[in-house]
Amino acid sequence: MTKGAGVSTSKQPQATLRGYLRSDGRKGIRNVLVVAYLVECAHHVSRRIVMQADDSEVHLIGFPGCYPNDYASAMMRAVCTHPNVGAVLLVSLGCESMDRDSLLQTVRDSGRPAELLVIQESGGTASTIAAGLSLVKQMRDQLAQAHTVSMAVNELVIGTICGGSDGTSGITANPAVGRCFDALVADGAACVFEETGELIGCENIMAERAATAELGTLIQACVAKAERYYTIMGFGSFAPGNADGGLTTLEEKSMGAYSKSGSSKISGLIKPGDVPPTGGLYLLDVVPDGEPRFGFPNIADNAEIVEMIACGCHLTLFTTGRGSVVGSAISPVIKICANPDTYKRLAGDMDVNAGKILTGEATLDEVGQEIYQCVMNVASGARSVSEALGHQEFILTYKSFEPIGPGCLPAGVQ
Amino acid sequence: MTQTVSAAPQVVLLHSQDNVLISVATLAADTWFELEGQGYKLKQTVPLGHKIARIDMSAGTRILRYGAPIGSLYCDVQAGDWVHTHNLKSDYLASHTRNGRARG
Repeated sequence: MTKGAGVSTSKQPQATLRGYLRSDGRKGIRNVLVVAYLVECAHHVSRRIVMQADDSEVHLIGFPGCYPNDYASAMMRAVCTHPNVGAVLLVSLGCESMDRDSLLQTVRDSGRPAELLVIQESGGTASTIAAGLSLVKQMRDQLAQAHTVSMAVNELVIGTICGGSDGTSGITANPAVGRCFDALVADGAACVFEETGELIGCENIMAERAATAELGTLIQACVAKAERYYTIMGFGSFAPGNADGGLTTLEEKSMGAYSKSGSSKISGLIKPGDVPPTGGLYLLDVVPDGEPRFGFPNIADNAEIVEMIACGCHLTLFTTGRGSVVGSAISPVIKICANPDTYKRLAGDMDVNAGKILTGEATLDEVGQEIYQCVMNVASGARSVSEALGHQEFILTYKSFEPIGPGCLPAGVQ
Repeated sequence: MTQTVSAAPQVVLLHSQDNVLISVATLAADTWFELEGQGYKLKQTVPLGHKIARIDMSAGTRILRYGAPIGSLYCDVQAGDWVHTHNLKSDYLASHTRNGRARG
């Protein structure tokens, strides 16, 4: 198969996009204010602030746990300083473990407006909601003054995920995303694919695509880790709907999922929160290190989307056969429907109908081109379908990771 | 990586080495189609996106899709049979359904 088969792109990255420049040099395609609860006990107050603000640019995120967790803290720092985020309101109950002061300082050090409300010190529910609404209004007024700068395609970081896969996913939507990824990588963008638990069975063919032999070995070890982890959990990453849709085994699902990665060489292996140092194709290892401690690696698709956002993804390409309707806080989700029957039922939730490949109305290359164009449109400010519908899902749970080693990023420095 | 090498209106052969075909629409029992000179008649309904045996195969045969192994048969199948959890199992982790664990 030829690289970037059929999806025509300019070979020179074009400065056709507009972005919000952040102090770390990254640029955002959105300028969102996030309201972040730091424990479930502050969730209601935060949700009321977001609901009453009634503003599509104010998103609710948070972490429910009261116990400390280095991964959760690092993820909160990463998403609160994501290039699509312009300002942050932290909402604490007051007695939870999350280090709110260092999180607040990290966000302020990034040059973003950031405020903290502690419910126990702010008079309780009603007065914290009122104070939060006032702070949201002030910060939104500040964000309204922001101006954009030109942004090139090679400054984009794009993630991909599949959810609700079926027997059509691996022959329509996933390889079409692979075509789009090949074109984006050729443009110099960074592309991230993930869920090593859904790549069980692909480890050897994936290793052959690694930039170095050492990286190939690390990728194989990473999938072996995932297989062991899921074996201990007692279930593979395989939902009943996958079987209803014609997928029989985990490795069959894996092979279909794997085609989202396209045909570029694999430049690196990263973990949640690691930002790709250069353009290229990256595998995101989402399975925790060490003995399983906190349950399933990712309890649902949005947990993986949040991890890709923590890696700097500006938007996510989400393929679905059975028909997922989710979007995400912070970074828009573009939904590509693999199954023509599902598309008929859920057309109002889909950005791209890849099922038309099966009905003979388009080729893989044409749908790959359509996805590429959709990426450019959404990166230029057009709303994706899930974004326009108000989807802002966000999941962050407990995990533990060891840092990646130098062999994981052979071409760049972290 | 996915390359349709041959197609009848009802099914696709994704890779020349594959021993299963993929339905591109829900096909009713008794549907007849021809692919590469061989005729197939379905004994049962095969939903969209599901697998159909390309040839007769015995238990233990590795099933190839995209030219890659996706599991092994645990009973014999004939060309035209629906291939799914009732005759195919993972060589890695067992699949599960809402009604319980499939064979693994």
